[in-house]
Amino acid sequence: MSLLEVENLSLTIGDTPILKGMELSVAPGEVMGLVGESGSGKSMTALTVMQLLPHAARASGRVLFDGIDILAATEDQMCALRGDDIGIVFQEPMTALNPVKTIGEQVAEGIRWHTRASRAEAEERARKMLDRVGLPSAKFPLSRYPHELSGGQRQRVVIAIACALKPKLLIADEPTTALDVVLQAQILDLLRDLVTESRMGLLLISHDLAVVTEMADRITILRHGEVMEAGDTARTLSEQLHPYTRQLAQASMHVPARARPHGVGSSQLLLQVEGVTRDYPGRRTSLFRRAPDIRAVDDVSLSMAPGQSVALVGRSGCGKSTLARMILALDRPSSGTIRFRGESITDKSEAELKPARRDMQVVFQDPYGSFDPRQKVEKLVAEPLHVLDKKPTRAERHEMVAHALHEVGLDQRDMDKYPHEFSGGQRQRLSIARAIITRPKLVVADEPVSALDVSIRAQILDLFAELNQKLGIAYLFITHDLSVARAVTDEVLVMHDGKIVERGKTNEVLDHPQSEAAKVLVTAAPNLQRAIARRMQEQG
Amino acid sequence: MTVYLLKRLTIAIATLVLASIVVFAVLEILPGDPARLMLGMNASADQVELLRNQMGLNAPLPWRYLHWAGGLLSLDFGRSYTYSVPVIDLVRERLAVSLPLALIALALSTIIAIPVGLFSASRRGRAGDTVAMGAAQLGVAVPNFWFALMLIYVFAVWLRLVPAGGFPGWGAGLWPALKSLLLPAVALALPQAAILARVTRSALIEVLNEDYIRTARAKGLPYRAVLWRHALRNAMIPVLTILGLQFAFLLAGTIIIENVFYLPGLGRLVFQAITQRDLIVVESVVMLLVAAVIAVNLLVDLSYAVVDPRLRSRQ
Repeated sequence: MSLLEVENLSLTIGDTPILKGMELSVAPGEVMGLVGESGSGKSMTALTVMQLLPHAARASGRVLFDGIDILAATEDQMCALRGDDIGIVFQEPMTALNPVKTIGEQVAEGIRWHTRASRAEAEERARKMLDRVGLPSAKFPLSRYPHELSGGQRQRVVIAIACALKPKLLIADEPTTALDVVLQAQILDLLRDLVTESRMGLLLISHDLAVVTEMADRITILRHGEVMEAGDTARTLSEQLHPYTRQLAQASMHVPARARPHGVGSSQLLLQVEGVTRDYPGRRTSLFRRAPDIRAVDDVSLSMAPGQSVALVGRSGCGKSTLARMILALDRPSSGTIRFRGESITDKSEAELKPARRDMQVVFQDPYGSFDPRQKVEKLVAEPLHVLDKKPTRAERHEMVAHALHEVGLDQRDMDKYPHEFSGGQRQRLSIARAIITRPKLVVADEPVSALDVSIRAQILDLFAELNQKLGIAYLFITHDLSVARAVTDEVLVMHDGKIVERGKTNEVLDHPQSEAAKVLVTAAPNLQRAIARRMQEQG
Repeated sequence: MTVYLLKRLTIAIATLVLASIVVFAVLEILPGDPARLMLGMNASADQVELLRNQMGLNAPLPWRYLHWAGGLLSLDFGRSYTYSVPVIDLVRERLAVSLPLALIALALSTIIAIPVGLFSASRRGRAGDTVAMGAAQLGVAVPNFWFALMLIYVFAVWLRLVPAGGFPGWGAGLWPALKSLLLPAVALALPQAAILARVTRSALIEVLNEDYIRTARAKGLPYRAVLWRHALRNAMIPVLTILGLQFAFLLAGTIIIENVFYLPGLGRLVFQAITQRDLIVVESVVMLLVAAVIAVNLLVDLSYAVVDPRLRSRQ
């Protein structure tokens, strides 16, 4: 018998239909993968099972958990289920924990609430649970506050809260999306162990087909609130009978067509980074003492030719974003020099940097956060034009914005719209339009597709490749996602603890990594083809 | 934590010194010679000059500042020209009314505002919220002396529960004294409570949208428990800020209410001192209030650190 049975579930929020006749089941000890793009209703399915929906939501159909009709259950009954028989892990570990309570309190709270255990007992159990998820109390005492932990550690705390009372069902909603690949692999291992340990059912929600394939026994593919296809993971993904399944699978393995390296071998190097180091002062431990300096970037040298596309990969916190900020002259190195088109940018004043700024632009990860919501697209995209020597006239500016929008596949009528009128993918197109409007020679892109759905991601990668060919722009892609590196770069630099530990042709490095750091990254990176092959092998 | 504490303390002392210089300088610049004022219009220039020398008004400016500031530190505020008594005695007498009044009003305002804020935030957009926030809007808009008059009419004139005004002094016993402070405290507290309730509500609403509230609910805690245990403490920072500002206002800004209820408080003292150009009293009371505000701000800063562990570990 199934642990969770969702039958013909429909959900509306206000007048907007979110789920239409959704079907899903999870058996004890089974991992069910729920896959879909943003807005497909994945998270709403999870919140329906927990009955934590927004006020305006109306659900109909049937949701049975362990024989209990969830949709008909009272709030008291739900409170008894939540945190005891059903646990949930959310996507964003940085904000999922209460900043003013210690991790011990937060794990013990649910235990005390449900079991009426004494404070000491509950703390003992919390200690054991934190130990189980890889936070031993010798190193991570219960008195730690969330801000004293990293993202991966916080996600472990959230998992400890969810699993503290050995729930029958664990719902994990994009549990690793905010983490780097190595942490992702660790957290997925932990979840898998917890499932086998106590025959817990796991509903794993993700937009990442590779992750789900590695984890799930069965898979449900959701689109616009409707189930497109459901069944055994290996069979569903190897046969790819449903066109949408095929589309998703292809998009997540998408590699843009690119002619071979553009402009490489030209006489002058575009960018030379020589022996660059960046130290940050250590934390003040008392009035007169500081911890030793933190070396974020350690003696890094690299060079890029015009039109070249280079990936800078590494785990979060390895110093790649700090290096990028220095290349963009947004931060100054503690020592070493950075030359852009042969001229040093490390010792220039803001005014002297203007010509360099014109030729280097940036695209950030978050298409939601990088625009002022109260300004129109024309003004937003035209922003970098102030670095031009001659201020363009209104008509010229209008013309340039229209052209840039056209180049990224948007319509020039979009100029009068506000950012919220665009989807995530379109917004990332806008930030690319903003980056290319000054005809830069170098674009630094910091995780430019991590926040996007697979099909949109494929389109944006295509756009990057196309602009590289057409305009000869050189790219520095900063990413922890190796498939992005593989898709659009010629060369890769692997960074670890502030140092560049390996460099070479992208395919060679990713296929035959030499350094320990690169090996770890490659092994941890989810890979759809590999995962399907392994599943098929396991099942014979 | 010690670093945080020392930093705040240094800032507080520096502010106090700066404020004392400003207060001293402003009163120096103001027209009007205190000696001339004390002696009256008929005094001769020689007499005035003699008194100026006696009062030390002819000494160099920095020396006079140091002398004055040193006096403040040893609670020697000088003598009032008009009352001919040490300023400290005047102030002490008035504080015995103003300080309890401010504290009672502050306590009332908090006791009313926080539950109303919690109630409204947890029922956002529903009828209860609309009614509570409508009342709060009214409370902000209506001046406190109007409340005072209404309170006098209902409780003193009509029900005859409390006196309509005046202060018997603490010598008359605790209850009679408290009774005469009750109505003014309520009149002062209502508008403050209205502001505080709105701040509490909006701070809570912001916090209730946070991810960790969802995490807490997913643990199986009922909504009320989540509200009290997880939301309230996180919403405290803006509430504490407003509380600090309100205390400063309640201590000094009560002149209208003091007049309505015939209370001998600090507000009336300053008002009279200003009209009579009793500059020493003005100076002293202003400095006292500055010190009180700075002390309250320091307290608020420290309470931030108690509420939020992130501030404790930050530099």
